[in-house]
Amino acid sequence: MRQLITLHVNGERHEVAVLPHHTLLEVLREDMGLIGTKHGCELGECGACTVLIDGMPVLSCLTLPLEVQESEITTIEGLEQNGKLHPLQETFAELGAAQCGYCTPGMLLSGAALLREHPHPTREQMKEYLAGNLCRCTGYTKIYEAVEAAAQRMSGGDEQAIRPAVEGYHG
Amino acid sequence: MAKDQQQKTRAYKIIGTPRPKVDAYAKVTGRALFADDIMLPRMLYGRLLRSPYPHARILSIDTSRAQALPGVLAVITGADLPQKFGILPSSQDEYALAIDKVRYVGDPVAAVAALDPDILDEAIKLIDVEYEVLPAIMSIEEALAHPEVKINDEARIGNIHKAVSYEFGEVEAGFAAADYIREDWSYYEGNNHAPIEEHACVAQWEPNPSDPAGGKLTLWSSTQTPHYVHRELSKVLGLPQSHIRVIAPNVGGGFGGKSDPFSHEICACELSRRTGRPVKITCTREEVFLIHRGRHPVKMWIKTGVKRDGTLTAMHFRSFLDGGAYGSYGIATTYYTGALQTVTYKLPCYKFEGIRLFTNKPPCGPKRGHGTTQPRYAIEVHLDKLAHDLGIDPVELRRRNLVEPYTHTVNGLRITSCALGECLDQVVERSKFHPNKLAAAANPHASNGSVQYQPAIKRGLGIAASAYICGAGKPIYWNDLPHSAVQIRLDRGGGVTVYCGATDIGQGSTSILAYIVAEELGIQPERIHLETADTTLTPVDLGSYSSRVTFMAGNAAIAAARKLKEQLFEVASERLHVPSESLQAANDVIYDEHDPGVALPFEHAVQFAEARFGALVAAGSYAPPEGIHGDYKGAGVGPSPAYSYSACVAQVAVDVETGDLVVEKLWLAHDVGQSINPLLVAGQVEGGAYMGCGEAVMEQQIFRKGLHKIPSLLDYKLATTLDTPEIETILVEIPDREGPFGAKEAGQGPLNPVIPAIANAVYDAVGVRIDEVPITSDKVFRALKNLAQGKGTELQPTPIELSSPWPTRLISWQHNGSQGEDQSKASHVPVQGGVS
Repeated sequence: MRQLITLHVNGERHEVAVLPHHTLLEVLREDMGLIGTKHGCELGECGACTVLIDGMPVLSCLTLPLEVQESEITTIEGLEQNGKLHPLQETFAELGAAQCGYCTPGMLLSGAALLREHPHPTREQMKEYLAGNLCRCTGYTKIYEAVEAAAQRMSGGDEQAIRPAVEGYHG
Repeated sequence: MAKDQQQKTRAYKIIGTPRPKVDAYAKVTGRALFADDIMLPRMLYGRLLRSPYPHARILSIDTSRAQALPGVLAVITGADLPQKFGILPSSQDEYALAIDKVRYVGDPVAAVAALDPDILDEAIKLIDVEYEVLPAIMSIEEALAHPEVKINDEARIGNIHKAVSYEFGEVEAGFAAADYIREDWSYYEGNNHAPIEEHACVAQWEPNPSDPAGGKLTLWSSTQTPHYVHRELSKVLGLPQSHIRVIAPNVGGGFGGKSDPFSHEICACELSRRTGRPVKITCTREEVFLIHRGRHPVKMWIKTGVKRDGTLTAMHFRSFLDGGAYGSYGIATTYYTGALQTVTYKLPCYKFEGIRLFTNKPPCGPKRGHGTTQPRYAIEVHLDKLAHDLGIDPVELRRRNLVEPYTHTVNGLRITSCALGECLDQVVERSKFHPNKLAAAANPHASNGSVQYQPAIKRGLGIAASAYICGAGKPIYWNDLPHSAVQIRLDRGGGVTVYCGATDIGQGSTSILAYIVAEELGIQPERIHLETADTTLTPVDLGSYSSRVTFMAGNAAIAAARKLKEQLFEVASERLHVPSESLQAANDVIYDEHDPGVALPFEHAVQFAEARFGALVAAGSYAPPEGIHGDYKGAGVGPSPAYSYSACVAQVAVDVETGDLVVEKLWLAHDVGQSINPLLVAGQVEGGAYMGCGEAVMEQQIFRKGLHKIPSLLDYKLATTLDTPEIETILVEIPDREGPFGAKEAGQGPLNPVIPAIANAVYDAVGVRIDEVPITSDKVFRALKNLAQGKGTELQPTPIELSSPWPTRLISWQHNGSQGEDQSKASHVPVQGGVS
């Protein structure tokens, strides 16, 4: 039996009829069409379904919508504001931090929370913070570089200091 | 020549410059659609019931209770889809749903379509299957020991799926010429690709009663090979290929795991045809582990003869592959375990024997490095041991035997560009590689005051080299058609649309098409609209496997773009009164290279050309050249239009008391020929390094009582940010003569040297050899204990004793002539065996 609840998603108020046993992941994707939130395990193992709940990264596959009615939920669709990308979205694109792009929404939301908590994170802080978001493509290097570049951009720092660490050799 | 090439590189406008992928913004905003994101009106959900037994006879299936459940619209079983299929024409051994027998835990038995996933849960439980449980074969050794338990009818003898035996050159003479001979056994456990996106598909049947075929079918699937899925769907569903359209939307990683046609794809189509409604099937993570097609477990024996100075005189290599329950790509894998040994080091003679066995485990297939990763590990560790035995620097031993560019190998493979020497130089220089240098060094991280326990950490460096194909030289089904084709359409508004079957699985193949066409036409890549991976709209590309797309689709794109460029230059020449030879195209204009002010905007050139020639559409295609392989049976696996080369140095830290192993840093140099976009190449190198590292020390493929022990991402250890070492990437760019702008592959090759480099580093650190991958801490601990008890330095797997002769005829083959420059057509004499 569906139950009518109110969810606050990306600054919008939505009345949604949900099956109470369905997870936030299922409700976001299937009932609300917010398919930017991905899934890779449905068991809280991969981090692909990460969303922000009151600014904190949370696995939507382990969250029941009934429990978060009072909270502000941010999905990847809410990371950009009026068509303007979050600096992390820009640097992820510019520096090759998204390959297949499937872990990317979750990674970006964790990254955005990281930058709020640590505006200039060290590599160690990044590793700790992003350890729950599995990426199978990048080896994480480009992700760290993109987080660093976004941190610079958000503080108006010298972006020239951040270049992709690709070293060429021409014989 | 090197300097010229460097100048030429700088002259490119697009090629060689880091830039965002064409789909980067769709991916960072969540707009990119993956297969499971597709929701169609009236769409149903489907699921497969899978076998709980590793080996059993199906006595009966009763679906009546499931059929009767409200909300269930269709239930099908093996009898509904009785046509066998398989990716290789020589291994047609799968049914969409099992008939008579199940062969591994996870073998699909029935499929259901229902209104929602909750009803599916219920319906699956209501299907009654009666099984007669059969003995299960769970290892290479059991498969050899129990021919009476026949798993798969494809096996002609016992459970032997495929056995091959080759001798190239005079191997006995080669060993006789050696000053020193060494033999080793090693084992590679195999693993899963674990792309973060689980396999998913949506099928849509559109009935048309006036069409003799009954209607048309569209399948969106997370596949690396839409073309091959297209063919197999046609076969199993009995529908003409003209009535089937397969589309790969964005694919969330593949690494080889989405290269087979799968049961869930076929069943979604059949369920859609039966219900007249779209059907989506999304696999669970557990199902991804069960349908597998992952890296084969391989036990290997290797014997090599060397001169005192380290020159190789002969090699004999044997591989035993645990294939799991079905064929998949396994015949090709078997050949690949032996084919590329000769591509890195000059071998005057070489003997290879390989055997693939069926077991009651999930079917193995291709994973990044397909069949070459396991032997590369074995060989590079073996060479390291040889170097130590001889007292030669392991780098020097490798340098002494490097293949030379533009030669042929003893097994008939044509080598083009090769910068392996430069790769070795680069990683040695940057890592300051010197074996045994770090082992005695003090531990810089052990001085944490808050921790009482001071681990006894020893560090070590290890090195390894490797090679990989830039695309399989032969298609999966025998034909003379192009391997890749590109069509380009220019419109009078200045729009450019590129159509190509190439399938972007995250590696960036769509972007590569845009960069190449943009470079040729002198426009910005952002102008280009791309239609890819759609068997109805786009000309064929065989798929994203064998690291073939940049090389093959890239060359096809150049060919197509040049035809259009010729037309544009013809009209521009007339308008500008400048000879065509003096025209250049760049920055959206066509101009006189001697007087750049004399110029025509791209849009105008397109309009003049359309007025002159009519619609502006051109196609280009690519097929690998002939004469790049020998003429023996089996010579079709291994040849490639070019080979990429990689070298890796790994630094590890080992706790000598606990065996705890940490990979601290990887230096990886990759000979990519020419980067089309260095950002993407570095991404491939880093991703390969990461994946190789995980395979080397973490990822396990283990079974207990017929069951996959760890089919979840929690227990199956994928490297997280905390486990992944620092990776230093070095791109070596010496253009290949035949690659597009000189480019070679980067998607798979860089993984291969990582595993043996780590293994060699462990030895360098603590003096033990773990001849079994993954090199987990418990094995290191055991080996250290053995070492302390004087039981030797090596933890080797149990050798395989063959009770009978090698179960196939030997094919001997001699390459006629020395490894000379570009023999366009070598003549070959099959001495013995021939076609079997």
